[in-house]
Amino acid sequence: MWRYALRRLLQAVPVFIGTTLLIYLLVFALPGDPIQAMAGDKPVPDSVLHTLRERYNLNDPLLEQYGKYMWGLLAHGDLGENYDGQKVSAMLTGRWQVTAKLAVTAWAFELVFGIALGVWAGLRRGKLADTLVLGGTTLLIAVPVFVVGYTAQILLGVKWPIFPSAGVDDGWPYSYLLPGMVLGSFGLSYVARLTRTSLAENLRADYVRTARAKGLSRTRVVVRHGLRNSLIPVVTYLGVDFGSLMGGAIVTEGIFNLPGVGQQVFQSIQLKEGPVVVGAVTLLVLIFILVNLVVDLLYGLLDPRIRYD
Amino acid sequence: MTAATKNPTGPGDGDATPLLEVSDLRVAFSVRGREVRAVNGLSYTLAAGETLAILGESGSGKSVAAQAVMGILDTPPARITGGSVKLDGTELLGLPDKERRRFRGDRIAMVFQDALTALNPVIPVGAQLAEMYRAHRGTGRKEARAKAVELMERVAIPSAATRLGDYPHQFSGGQRQRIMIAMALALEPDVLIADEPTTALDVTVQAQIMRLLARLRDELGMGLVLITHDLGVVAGIADRTVVMYAGTVAERASARELYARPAHPYTLGLLASVPRLDQDAGRLEPVRGAPPDPAALPSGCPFRPRCPRAEAVCAEQEPPLVAVAPGHEAACHFAAEVYAGETEVEHAG
Repeated sequence: MWRYALRRLLQAVPVFIGTTLLIYLLVFALPGDPIQAMAGDKPVPDSVLHTLRERYNLNDPLLEQYGKYMWGLLAHGDLGENYDGQKVSAMLTGRWQVTAKLAVTAWAFELVFGIALGVWAGLRRGKLADTLVLGGTTLLIAVPVFVVGYTAQILLGVKWPIFPSAGVDDGWPYSYLLPGMVLGSFGLSYVARLTRTSLAENLRADYVRTARAKGLSRTRVVVRHGLRNSLIPVVTYLGVDFGSLMGGAIVTEGIFNLPGVGQQVFQSIQLKEGPVVVGAVTLLVLIFILVNLVVDLLYGLLDPRIRYD
Repeated sequence: MTAATKNPTGPGDGDATPLLEVSDLRVAFSVRGREVRAVNGLSYTLAAGETLAILGESGSGKSVAAQAVMGILDTPPARITGGSVKLDGTELLGLPDKERRRFRGDRIAMVFQDALTALNPVIPVGAQLAEMYRAHRGTGRKEARAKAVELMERVAIPSAATRLGDYPHQFSGGQRQRIMIAMALALEPDVLIADEPTTALDVTVQAQIMRLLARLRDELGMGLVLITHDLGVVAGIADRTVVMYAGTVAERASARELYARPAHPYTLGLLASVPRLDQDAGRLEPVRGAPPDPAALPSGCPFRPRCPRAEAVCAEQEPPLVAVAPGHEAACHFAAEVYAGETEVEHAG
């Protein structure tokens, strides 16, 4: 198992390099000079321009810039410095908690309600409950998140103010409930459908028939023998999705005005603050890779047939 | 526990008080609005310590009937449309699910064909065995574990104690089937139904499993229902046999009689299609044609379209079971002739 973990970590290296390089190239390939962009329409004296460009390695070839950036990151844990002199890591410190809280809320929502709905539908295949779940989740998957977000905000935050409509003034979990549900709605739909299909299939498996032949109670047959096996694909999805939730909350954080990493990334893209975008996204990639590794290792606990060699 | 001895004669031909009594069992499936009759009036009895073989090809309804007796059919789509299943005089059909469940695993247990898929792949075998005691008897964790080790030793799994935590895929095919059998026998049931217990196994392992079943039957004095399509498998162990065709009984006889003097053309065909070592049979004769579609059974005798003896009467009337000898019945208009006459299969001894 440890050899497997090590190998997976080694495999993560090219993934990490590839993704960060891509982000770096994309961000810095954007047209327009970032230094000039800070000054807006005003002319920038050549000396200032030159000094700043030199300071941020902007005169070097792109790959060299990337190399210097990665060196700083790996050797010193330095996420770089924005063009206004702020440390990127400092800009993100307060924001991680917000994003993490949002991701955890959305994830818990997906896990609890997704699996519950899936089990409900899976046990009643072809009946009303099943049709409702299938229809509802299709709708949630089909509608873009910003539509779901604004609709939920207007209906549940403004018209019937059950939840805070925006901001984080009410703290966790209250302020995060509505954005969490919105962010988790896509994943929830997926989890519910996955659970439903997987459970319905597993309930027809030979070993479930055996469990019934053993005279076990229905609950025991469904939960211990049916559900456990059915959850293997669901757990995989939930694991991968936790990574996406950490990084994919840009729209939701925007709608609900949550000061998280996503919001920072969004603002920085607009302001052409390359170092911030790269820094934030690099961290998101790292988290995604690590979460995936943990999920792969946990997988073996659920399914003993998987061998780490 | 006594030492294993092979049952020399078998405890008889069913005139003792039956332990298990299945009468006129009928099971139908609803498939897209159509009714498919899988079992059409199956009857048999089983005494303690006795082995009844139910023979039939795929689709003859033998497995469905067994699952109906166990009470593990998926309903819907399946539906038990008639008949009765009595265990020790208690009618099982129509019992509320909760009461029925108490019989399953405890009084009547089942072994399935493919132990690799029939055992839960993600639960250690020890836990699957212990579950029997924990669920039925409320046995504590430690004691149930100890009993699981005993069970595994009883079916001759080497170093049982250290293998409790292993998963089904870590055992060989024969060992898996032994574990399956151990699980079924955990609570020492009165009746064991083995549905094709050796079909997924090598021939040498098949023989071991059959010997194991026979030994455990004698040790526990239980009734054994052996469901198979393989005539060779049952020859050595069965006391009585029921040949099923299209969900109904084609022939019923003691195993010895059935092999020696079949009274139904179908049985005759089955025996002719089995390779034998003691005869130079030349080319084996298959039973021509395919089993009938249970959704569209032919009129009269279901075997008629494949029967070399079929005459006009066979299309008009469904043949009743007629006795050709004491304890030997066949559902054929010409049962007496087949029994008396031109039998191509010689006495097996």
